[in-house]
Amino acid sequence: MRTLNVSEITENIREMCIEANHFLSEDMRCAMQHAAETEEAPLGRQILEQLQENLKIAGEDMIPICQDTGMAVIFMEIGQEVHFEGGVLEDAIHEGVRRGYTEGFLRKSVVKDPLIRENTGDNTPAVIHYEMVAGDKVKIIVAPKGFGSENMSRVFMLKPADGIEGVKSAVLNAVKDAGPNACPPMVVGVGIGGTFEKCALMAKKALTRPANEHSDIPYVRDMEKELLERINKSGIGPGGLGGTTTALAVNINTYPTHIAGLPVAVNICCHVNRHSVRVL
Amino acid sequence: MDKYISVPLTAETAASLRAGDYVYLTGTIYTARDAAHKRMFETLERGEQLPFNMENNVIYYMGPSPARTGRPIGSAGPTTASRMDKYAPSLLDLGLKGMIGKGKRSQAVKDAIVRNGAVYFAAVGGAGALLSRSIAASEVIAYDDLGTEAIRRLEVKDFPVIVVMDSEGNNLYETAIREYCRE
Repeated sequence: MRTLNVSEITENIREMCIEANHFLSEDMRCAMQHAAETEEAPLGRQILEQLQENLKIAGEDMIPICQDTGMAVIFMEIGQEVHFEGGVLEDAIHEGVRRGYTEGFLRKSVVKDPLIRENTGDNTPAVIHYEMVAGDKVKIIVAPKGFGSENMSRVFMLKPADGIEGVKSAVLNAVKDAGPNACPPMVVGVGIGGTFEKCALMAKKALTRPANEHSDIPYVRDMEKELLERINKSGIGPGGLGGTTTALAVNINTYPTHIAGLPVAVNICCHVNRHSVRVL
Repeated sequence: MDKYISVPLTAETAASLRAGDYVYLTGTIYTARDAAHKRMFETLERGEQLPFNMENNVIYYMGPSPARTGRPIGSAGPTTASRMDKYAPSLLDLGLKGMIGKGKRSQAVKDAIVRNGAVYFAAVGGAGALLSRSIAASEVIAYDDLGTEAIRRLEVKDFPVIVVMDSEGNNLYETAIREYCRE
């Protein structure tokens, strides 16, 4: 058994909220750089160059990459040999978000009630997903999620007979509907299988996979490559103003499902696909 | 085509802009997003005065991140415009000449743009740090309790936008995509 004080969780999450909102991860920076070099549309190239400049300014002047610093989505992979002390883990996570957003000059975008809509003033609560794993480590992923793209995400409860072609159409339709609203070039997270909520969660987690890594299931890897190619032929382009770079990556996660179903979730993220990862 | 224009707009300038023009705005604009629009709409329904006169003005759909000390504003990029579609036609009919945001608009907004000789600009989504450099001053003028959603008066200098929908009913989102579609 390893003992971990929850104050360490708070401090790490505080730092990660600030870090994720000012610096993109290496994989995303490479993907953006590559896009700027290969885009064919002149206006598209100009926009991608501005986005490169934006990333530079964000890091140098400590101005958030995007004013929508998101709702903090946090994945906790907790080794089952870890014992927490010093308080309640969930409280410690929210406290880290509160401090990160307040001390880091990040926007407070969370309302307390979905219909009464009063701002909580500190961007809490976070949305937290826990997973118990083997070992004595704690892996934290902080993924602040902007809502321009979140609003364009979809869940499709397909029929088994719809098959792989049905899944591909669902993804392509979601991306086309999103168009300029989702701040392309986007990253497309897809969850296939499981249940209604499981596929949505897989799609969200897929967004945290490095943009240059593919699924290790051969047919899924092929589908990721094919969908990326087809999305980039849609013409939507950077900013939705036309071009050959509409998506930077398509990441698909799968899970066993029921004999009667084929759930598919498409979680769209803009080019500011933020994920900060630490292992404690 | 690159154009440098001053804001508030004149009717002539607004009518002369064409979808696809790359425009640099200098002057005064106002921010308002979801909650501020809802309040303005309710204000109009009660027959009361809006916090600022719409005539020839430009609204930027934007809620900034907090400013660090010594800076006018934090990150300041556009939000999705379609959430304001319910409210925009009434404001356009009151003289609003321009809107800055990102993403598609409804047919009702398109009709109101044409009817009033107005224009819809897109700013680059997710470039809030870069765009903040074109904002010289920011002051909350109404709805302070809404935090980031308050109405702000901004002084902008060469603020970069692209005309997406013009007073002739052209829509760059539709035409530009067709040009690069290879399906």
